[in-house]
Amino acid sequence: MAETVLPKLEVTPQNPLVVGAGASLIEISNLSLFYGKSRALKDVSLKIRERVVTAFIGPSGCGKSTLLRCLNRMNDLIDGVRIEGSAKIGGHDIYAPDVDVIELRKRVGMVFQKSNPFPKSIYDNVAYGLKLQGVTSKGELDTAVEQSLIGAALWDEVKDRLQSSALGLSGGQQQRLCIARAIAVKPEIILMDEPASALDPIATSRVEDLILELRKDFTIVIVTHNMQQATRISDETAFFYMGELIESGPTQKIFTMPKQKRTEDYVTGRFG
Amino acid sequence: MTEIQNFKTRKFDFASFFFSGLTGFSTLLILAILAVILGNIIINGWPNLTWHFVSTIPKKDFFDPATTGVLPMIIGTTIRVFMMTIFVLPIGVITAIYLTEYAPSGSWLTRIIRAAVNNLAGVPSIVFGLFGLGFFINFIGRNMDQLMHNPGPVWGQPAVLWASLTLAVMTMPVVIVATEESLKAIPMGLREASLAIGATKLETIIRIVLPQALPGIMTGGILAVSRAAGEVAPILFTGVAYYMASLPGKLSDQFMDLGYHVFVLSTQSPDIEKTRPILYATVLVLLLLTFALNFVAVLIRARVRKKLRALG
Amino acid sequence: MPQQQHQGKLTSGWMGIHRGHKARPLEWLAEKFIFLVSLSTILMVFLIFVFVAREALPIFLGKENSALIKPVIPPADIDKLKSEELRAYLNLTEKQFQKMDRETKVDLMLVKQEAQSEIPERLLNDPDAKLNTTEWGAMLKPRQWASYNKPEYIWQPIGQIHKYNIIPLFVGSLKITIIGLLFAVPLAVGAAIYISQLARPRVREVVKPVIEMLSGIPSVVVGFFALLIMATVMQKVFGYETRLNAFVAGVALSFSVIPLVFSIAEDALTSVPRSYTQGALALGASRWQTAWQIVLPAATPGVFAAVVLGFGRAIGETMIVLMVCSASVMSWSIFDSARSITTTIAAEMAEAVAGGHHYRILFMLGAILFAVTFVSNMLGELVIHRLKHKMEGKR
Repeated sequence: MAETVLPKLEVTPQNPLVVGAGASLIEISNLSLFYGKSRALKDVSLKIRERVVTAFIGPSGCGKSTLLRCLNRMNDLIDGVRIEGSAKIGGHDIYAPDVDVIELRKRVGMVFQKSNPFPKSIYDNVAYGLKLQGVTSKGELDTAVEQSLIGAALWDEVKDRLQSSALGLSGGQQQRLCIARAIAVKPEIILMDEPASALDPIATSRVEDLILELRKDFTIVIVTHNMQQATRISDETAFFYMGELIESGPTQKIFTMPKQKRTEDYVTGRFG
Repeated sequence: MTEIQNFKTRKFDFASFFFSGLTGFSTLLILAILAVILGNIIINGWPNLTWHFVSTIPKKDFFDPATTGVLPMIIGTTIRVFMMTIFVLPIGVITAIYLTEYAPSGSWLTRIIRAAVNNLAGVPSIVFGLFGLGFFINFIGRNMDQLMHNPGPVWGQPAVLWASLTLAVMTMPVVIVATEESLKAIPMGLREASLAIGATKLETIIRIVLPQALPGIMTGGILAVSRAAGEVAPILFTGVAYYMASLPGKLSDQFMDLGYHVFVLSTQSPDIEKTRPILYATVLVLLLLTFALNFVAVLIRARVRKKLRALG
Repeated sequence: MPQQQHQGKLTSGWMGIHRGHKARPLEWLAEKFIFLVSLSTILMVFLIFVFVAREALPIFLGKENSALIKPVIPPADIDKLKSEELRAYLNLTEKQFQKMDRETKVDLMLVKQEAQSEIPERLLNDPDAKLNTTEWGAMLKPRQWASYNKPEYIWQPIGQIHKYNIIPLFVGSLKITIIGLLFAVPLAVGAAIYISQLARPRVREVVKPVIEMLSGIPSVVVGFFALLIMATVMQKVFGYETRLNAFVAGVALSFSVIPLVFSIAEDALTSVPRSYTQGALALGASRWQTAWQIVLPAATPGVFAAVVLGFGRAIGETMIVLMVCSASVMSWSIFDSARSITTTIAAEMAEAVAGGHHYRILFMLGAILFAVTFVSNMLGELVIHRLKHKMEGKR
């Protein structure tokens, strides 16, 4: 399980918000987000390390999904959103004025709560991102589609019907197709917004296995409601409550010896 | 079903019975009006609708049932409606795309555009006719003639081009509203998925949104065509001709028109009893053209609405 | 994906996200283009207003003069006039005036003089002949014309002296519109209540599109039906004298108003939150009581908007009224013929000389019609907008 690969880490009282140690890829500092006048995120500071799975947990409306969507600037699509503070990826501020959001999203992929395959064939779904980037060679596309589907553990199930509609797949298959679609463009980070919340237990466990597999190649940030899921798949966990980051650290530490009362109440199921 | 339970469980509720009956009767009456109009036209029109009738170019006296036909009218109406579609579809669809995909909701400009669309939908058709005469013919047409040094009016007079443009302005709201409805029916998740892969907004619209919205856009086009095909008032001063010996060949030609022909046959006939059969046949041709299209559009629209509701 | 691909990529690869704001000029251009095209709707409304009003402007400003006998300035007096006065007298535009030489102007004055001398003797002492019938006073107030024995409102744009009193047209339009609404509104609202509140979903799904199909019948077809069938049947039933009258026109008009009023009212009734009706039903109210006491009051603004928009549609309808009745008699009786504003424009534009006073008055009628429908549309849309806002808040 996850703890075997985790390095030992030090969380000092001076720097309680550092997740883990070592090379951090994403650095969020004093990030606040406003919808019009209401504040959805309050001064969040957090570091997320490269090639580990980081889980965001917390009760509904706590801001975990909002923070996730800040990382590929999907919040830009909503009218009246304002952001203060900074979010850096690889040392580059993604809210700097000269940032090209499209380029950013190519590097920060996303998988949504509700699987949303395009009403196209399975092949076209996976090839979509590559075609956008101007890849036209049939051979290149074929290889990329196959690799991505293998990467998303879906290849064996669909290799004989690549040209049939993606909408004919089961819910779990659709979600894995969405993951294949996301990894086809070779992002470095994959954001997952409750990817298994609409799936049955068997499909969920397949998606979870897949996430553990993907962790070797990608930095994964996952929002989840399901605390067992967080313990099963994440290396590090951040707990949010009412738009604030309450506590973060190695997953097993958050779940076994939380420092904050509210974290303890939540992970032990007293509210939420 | 509720009525039956009511009878069993409580006293006969006269008010309830009376008012339910009254509103139900209103509904039936409207349906009856529709049925009578359609039935009357089909029963009287069908026997007179011959191949000869729809394929003949009439002589000057088109009131004679033996020799008349409606070929030039069918062609005229088709041409003006077809040209209108070319003008109205791109503008209408692009406007709808702006309103649903780009326009900041709640901004004053968006509200003005929406108000303009609603207003265009409510302008009386005869005012569109006046507009076509005042703007297209008297302003644009005459200035074109002057620029081209035409000896006489070529563009500064009624023409099929001006009639089509006038109709395009008139049907713009139809296309916009139908397209918008179908764009809104597309789940936000699809757009997000595309954007999250790194597609630009425009790529998302062209590759994901528009293909999905195609049935709705078609509905809008069909509704616009059906509305325009039956309209007479806007073309009265902008292009229709009472009689033309030849078919229109240039954009600056006038044309004969089915709807206008119905008007002429009903009001100017020297002997209404004699022309009645051809009048019915002409009306039936017009109805087949407009109403059949409308029927198709209503069916597609009902399906789109159902889909919309299913998606919540 | 091979592991080594990510080696050392921690920071270096992310430089690529800095591409500047205008990284995609085509995208930017396309967006601007889409925006500009969408402005065309505003432009259209503006142009309609400008170009309909433009042709009517001389009437609105009181610059048009339709008097048959006008004061004549003899060509010999050409030098006594200021150029501005001369231009106004000759009814020329600035451009035309500057292009013309003195001789042509003198010729024009001669033509004017001759035209005036051709006026028949009997009219020379007729006060009507000196009247500018396009003045507001003449257009709105009754006048006792020669050979009439009392002051009357008359629209008669033919003959030597064109009579342009617009009151009969407004009365005609209102008469027909009101009759149309009196038929259409109860029927359409009744059907909307039935379909939205009482009918089974199955019935609703079939009947609603069928009623909406009524709007697909072209108005010439409704006009044809009213002229050939309805007029005769209704005369037999009611036994009135004039076969084609405002009553028949109004009833026929209601056919084109019903689908509009029905859809808007039905929308308004359906948008009343479920919680309202379920609350009432739970308290033991019958379906009908719920519809009448809970749903209808909540949807009243929407029904009102439907009526207002129906009014706009009815007053602007042309072909039905044109085919069914067209004599411009000033009468409030619904069994007399009546001529509406729209009919007048449609029937007379062909005879009117472009740029003449008759032509301009018809455009003026169009401009007024546009203003009336503009206001009723705005009002209707405003009410619907408010209602939607309210209902969405409570859902």
